[in-house]
Amino acid sequence: MAKLKSAKEIPIGGLIDEAGSSSKFKTGDWKSFRPITDLSKCIQCMQCVCLCPDDCIPTEGKGNDIKRKETDFSVCKGCGICANVCPVKCIKMEEEAKFIK
Amino acid sequence: MSKEKAITGNEAAADAMRQINPDVVPAFPITPQTAIMQSFATYVSNGVVGTEMIRVESEHSAMSCAVGASAAGARVMTATSSAGLALMWEIVGVASGLRLPIVMEVVNRALSAPINIHCDHSDSMGTRDLGWIQLFSESAQEVYENTLIAIRLAEKMLLPVMVCQDGFITSHGVENVKIFDDQEVKKFIGEHKYPYSLLDIKKPVTHGPLQLQDYYFETRSQQIPAMAESIKEYLKIGEELRKITGNEHPLLDKINIDGADAVIVTMNSTAGTTKTAIERMSKEGKKVGLLKLRMFRPFPYKEVAEALKDVKKIAVLDRSVSFGANPPLYSEVKNALFDIKYDGKLHSCVFGLGGRNIFIEDIEKTFNDLLDGKLEKHSYIGLRQCP
Repeated sequence: MAKLKSAKEIPIGGLIDEAGSSSKFKTGDWKSFRPITDLSKCIQCMQCVCLCPDDCIPTEGKGNDIKRKETDFSVCKGCGICANVCPVKCIKMEEEAKFIK
Repeated sequence: MSKEKAITGNEAAADAMRQINPDVVPAFPITPQTAIMQSFATYVSNGVVGTEMIRVESEHSAMSCAVGASAAGARVMTATSSAGLALMWEIVGVASGLRLPIVMEVVNRALSAPINIHCDHSDSMGTRDLGWIQLFSESAQEVYENTLIAIRLAEKMLLPVMVCQDGFITSHGVENVKIFDDQEVKKFIGEHKYPYSLLDIKKPVTHGPLQLQDYYFETRSQQIPAMAESIKEYLKIGEELRKITGNEHPLLDKINIDGADAVIVTMNSTAGTTKTAIERMSKEGKKVGLLKLRMFRPFPYKEVAEALKDVKKIAVLDRSVSFGANPPLYSEVKNALFDIKYDGKLHSCVFGLGGRNIFIEDIEKTFNDLLDGKLEKHSYIGLRQCP
């Protein structure tokens, strides 16, 4: 964790004076279910990418060549929308406890 | 150059607002404040000001709207009273927490229940710990000048300011008020250059993010030195305004305090009543004085202690109570005197709740009882049965 700043080092009123700073925060550590994707079955329809409320499914390529990659679990809250919309049912929600060592 | 007008305290506030020409004024009507917005709405309709006046559905919305507009960089003013201030309480704290320079006219009125539309200070006292600077005004002239100071002070310190006046007594009483030249006042007010505007796309900012155990304490603590510093700024800005109006703007008005045997400490219109009592009693050879506070938040502890240190008998007149505790003004004066190990007589007198009149004779009797050692430690002026 970064060193916490003193009252004199931070902007007044709790202000955040830079854009896009939320990407620095990992907010996916409290999910109880994790979406496990079988990318070999995925038809790259992009419905999960478009409907993810936290924008945590990264993609590569453009146009017809666009492909989804593995979900970013440091941000994913485990809501299950991706598993629900997947037309080929290649995303399964599994208990997070199984992945915590 | 000034023009003398026979106007009410509410109209004096509206006239100051006309000269300030705020960008946004969100408001909801409540007695006895309504007349401020009624007068100001006329200025808006007639194109005298360029203000965007937003009629909202409640005071909670009025202050929410003020917060949004102020964070966007607008110069924002509003007004309220009593239950209106109570309803916006949540957002009143947001305004100061976000360090937004909003100026609000508070026309002091009792809080319910029983329901009552007349003057006491329980409304603004209920918000005394929320981080707003609070200025109190004895007369309509002070309402006008405090409002001009308030806008400068708020924008300099990035703290919100309340300008308080007594409901009906000041707000609806007609007095001669000197309104100074528009151009001169506009020059004094200057332009509002807010450094963290939400609309500045070249410098993107986020207002009001979540801060938990890691940063909330640090952020809140920044308000403490800002409040302390605003005492100095108030005096500086007041001195600048004196060059236009010729009126002094001290933290405290000291009337006949030097060598006084007894002094009354109070705020708002009752200070005027006390002045008349002092004039009458001085003719009888009695040495009595007045300490009037113009600023309740931040509280000028050092200055109050310095002013009262040689006075042997003091009565603090509060127009509100703090149930189960000492009344607010008495409590602060006692704090101030503790620091200098004051060993005289200090009394608390609560008066005027719900608009109960206080007359010159009441003040004279309080002074006489204080001088004769007959005043109780905690007394209630004009109450039919003492608690």
